[in-house]
Amino acid sequence: MSRPTRRPVRITANVIGVIAFLVAVFPVYWMVNSSFLDRNEIRNPVPTWVPFGGSLHNYRTVFETDQFVNALKISVMVTGLTVVFALGFAFVAAVAVSRFRFRGRMSFIVTLLIIQMIPVEGLFISQYKMLEAMDLLNTVVGLTLVYVAGVLPFTIWTLRGFVAGVPYELEEAAMIDGCSRTQAFFKITFPLLAPGLVATGVFGFIQAWNEFTLALVVMTREDQRTLPLWLTTFADVNRGTDWGGIMAGSTLIAIPVVVFFLLVQGRMVSGLTSGAVKG
Amino acid sequence: MTTVEGGKAPRARRTPLPYALLVPATIALVVALGYPLVRQVVLSFQDFGLAQQFGRPPAWIGLQNYRDLLTDPYLWTVTLRTLLFCLVNAAATMLVGVGLALLMQHMSKPIRILVQSGLLLAWAMPVVAAMTVWEWLFDTQYGVINYLLTEIGLDFEGHSWLLQPLSFFFVATVIVVWMSVPFVAFTVYAALTQVSEDMVEAAEIDGASGWQRLRHIVLPSIRPVLLVVALLQVIWDLRVFTQIYILQKAGGSTHDTNLLGTYIYRLGIGSGKFGMAAAVAMFMLVLTVVLTAPYVRAMLKQEEN
Repeated sequence: MSRPTRRPVRITANVIGVIAFLVAVFPVYWMVNSSFLDRNEIRNPVPTWVPFGGSLHNYRTVFETDQFVNALKISVMVTGLTVVFALGFAFVAAVAVSRFRFRGRMSFIVTLLIIQMIPVEGLFISQYKMLEAMDLLNTVVGLTLVYVAGVLPFTIWTLRGFVAGVPYELEEAAMIDGCSRTQAFFKITFPLLAPGLVATGVFGFIQAWNEFTLALVVMTREDQRTLPLWLTTFADVNRGTDWGGIMAGSTLIAIPVVVFFLLVQGRMVSGLTSGAVKG
Repeated sequence: MTTVEGGKAPRARRTPLPYALLVPATIALVVALGYPLVRQVVLSFQDFGLAQQFGRPPAWIGLQNYRDLLTDPYLWTVTLRTLLFCLVNAAATMLVGVGLALLMQHMSKPIRILVQSGLLLAWAMPVVAAMTVWEWLFDTQYGVINYLLTEIGLDFEGHSWLLQPLSFFFVATVIVVWMSVPFVAFTVYAALTQVSEDMVEAAEIDGASGWQRLRHIVLPSIRPVLLVVALLQVIWDLRVFTQIYILQKAGGSTHDTNLLGTYIYRLGIGSGKFGMAAAVAMFMLVLTVVLTAPYVRAMLKQEEN
């Protein structure tokens, strides 16, 4: 709808737009701003609005704490493993669901949709008990296991859309030219799926990197903390004394997510509501 | 029914291949979600406390956990609080999100792009990073919000936002809405761009006012999207955990601010009452699954086409 808008309406919309922009952006700005300020500026009753004369001191402090470096290591391992396994498992499942007709296909899809909505809080008690029994509490493997299961439903659902988006006729044409069905799939369809795999991989990355609840339940030992856990404990200890350091930590955790998120945002939104949009 | 969306279906041959392809995903889901679910049902019928945690075999007590919980006024307080928090947050998010989406249509292009990039940035923020920033903004001593409110003449110097439960939930709501609005605004705006211009124009020629056009043409056309988005908000806001947990650590009484998620956590992991915690978790699962049914139906509509 790009019909002309009357002037007063446009002006009102613009004013509200600017306010909305400020409210949306200010917390993010404030995080970055504060991360450059030294302790005196942070604890000044009058806020320092722009970080002129700021320094990287807070970032140095964060990197010099062993816990941060350790948590970074754990986070990278858990996130990496989650992405690799979730993507691999989801890819083959998505091919099955979108390239084959078989009994149980529909039930599988319905199950995925239901699982996708299950709150972690509804299961973490027994997941904790299970990992405890398997001796996997406080291990990267244990956390990865529950993360993979957590991101799989959405990943399969989204990849399914990408696979289905490549017309089967293309494969058929290749098969007429003498390819086997498997060859046709890997020569024709697979290369076209690269953007889909990247997008869903990034989704898995963001989920695992940000996840807090299950990490809190599974990683109870200090030396096994992921970055989000590290940040909250760091904030607990330093609240009132070192907001600059806390904001530097937050910024460091946020940067990779923001970058990746902006790259794939458009593809991800449609996955959740495509059913409704197309009606 | 021989077509799969996006192209012609492969011949319906009888081949075990699709089942083989589903094996890895199925195993992962069964091990990490299916088995715990079964175990949780069992656990919720057992007397499983700290003694059992240290090796004593758990006793089967049937519905006792459920009976205890349902007669515990605290569970009802927490449930009611959770539902109320969920509804207020979902409603506020929808109101702001849909409002922004509608306004975005009338903004000048540069302003619209500005708003969209701002929303995108807020959307991209990891939840823990967002939480620490908001804690810092609401900080009692050096927080910007207290500073600004004091500057405009209100008595907010050294005001503690998390002490009173009502104020605690106000802060939580601000944060949750801030994080959730972008998804709603973007999705609804995308739907709005699909609304038929002809129909809106025809109504305008017929003399329909802006409000009438909105009520009778625009909103009904995007009804399916609105429903799904609202449903997702309700489901998501029902399980707000991280925000509440982190705010509780920052101050505020856990007893007066627990929602279902944090209650389960404190009951189980916190005080070792695993049987009871499992029962509350089952309660929460059932609540979610009931709410999820319409969402699944809407999503399957596309699948059937």
